[in-house]
Amino acid sequence: MDVDSGIMRKLPPPLDPEIPPPPPIKQRNVFTVLVNSNDMLLVENEIGNIATLREECKEFVRNPSNSPILSEKKDPVMLDLVGSYQTSKGVVSLQNDRGTSYDIYIRVQNELVAAYREMRDELSMQTFGRKFNELKKEQSKAIKKAIPMMISESEPRNVGG
Amino acid sequence: MAKFGRKGKGGTPGISTASLPDIVFMLLFFFMVTTVMREVSLKVKISPPEATEVKKLEKKSLVSYIYIGPPIKALISVYGTEPRIQLNDAYAGVEDLGEYIIAEREARNEKEVPFMTTSLKVDKETKMGIISDVKQKLRDLNALKINYSTKKGIKPQ
Repeated sequence: MDVDSGIMRKLPPPLDPEIPPPPPIKQRNVFTVLVNSNDMLLVENEIGNIATLREECKEFVRNPSNSPILSEKKDPVMLDLVGSYQTSKGVVSLQNDRGTSYDIYIRVQNELVAAYREMRDELSMQTFGRKFNELKKEQSKAIKKAIPMMISESEPRNVGG
Repeated sequence: MAKFGRKGKGGTPGISTASLPDIVFMLLFFFMVTTVMREVSLKVKISPPEATEVKKLEKKSLVSYIYIGPPIKALISVYGTEPRIQLNDAYAGVEDLGEYIIAEREARNEKEVPFMTTSLKVDKETKMGIISDVKQKLRDLNALKINYSTKKGIKPQ
């Protein structure tokens, strides 16, 4: 049977010239992933690998050792159901070349989405004792608030390579 | 003395055809139930990439499809091998997307428009340039929910 499935993403709304652009995000809080036209990865200015991308992304967003080069955390806030939680300020920025192949693009997207899904899974295991997609509506809402999926895609350039 | 007549004198008896209609109807219903109507005939070759984080598309009536890939074999001589966009039954350019999305919206209930999803069925060999153009156009059109159609694969490495 032909079942339609795929990776769900949401595009950013079109830019409104009347609304001033949001303040720039500190470089420290941006996890940059560049893919060039030869399908090579540059993660945080170093040559990266799809196999390790997921772990690197999780490490960056969570920053368990409070390292000064990884992302900052917001002040702890009380979230319903979850309790006090420090949401990460980390943002993943994905940029690709016009010559990047779709296959690699999807694999990178897949790893990034998987990183967030795993983080959510772990938090929901801790707080509710079950996986994220088995949660009740309010519970999954709370988890989403604690770990928002912050993957931004900048417009592609001809970075060549 | 009782007489025993010999049975089965006139050759083999004919097979009863009483159940023939049953069989014919069973086959007929079987094919009626299992046949799926194909909505579009694909003019591009698509082998989707694999991913693990897939979600099923819900509410298929709210999904519009955009196909991108190289033309199928029969059409290569006419259209070449460059990836092309297919909307409904014909090749289209990025500039035709506006019309397509608006037509899709008009076909639905006004209340359902915010829940509409655009499914991008793209061949994995395609370059991102054409896809970026499509995404940019969809953004301008405010069709923000998209779904990259993928096969559910084992962990791609």
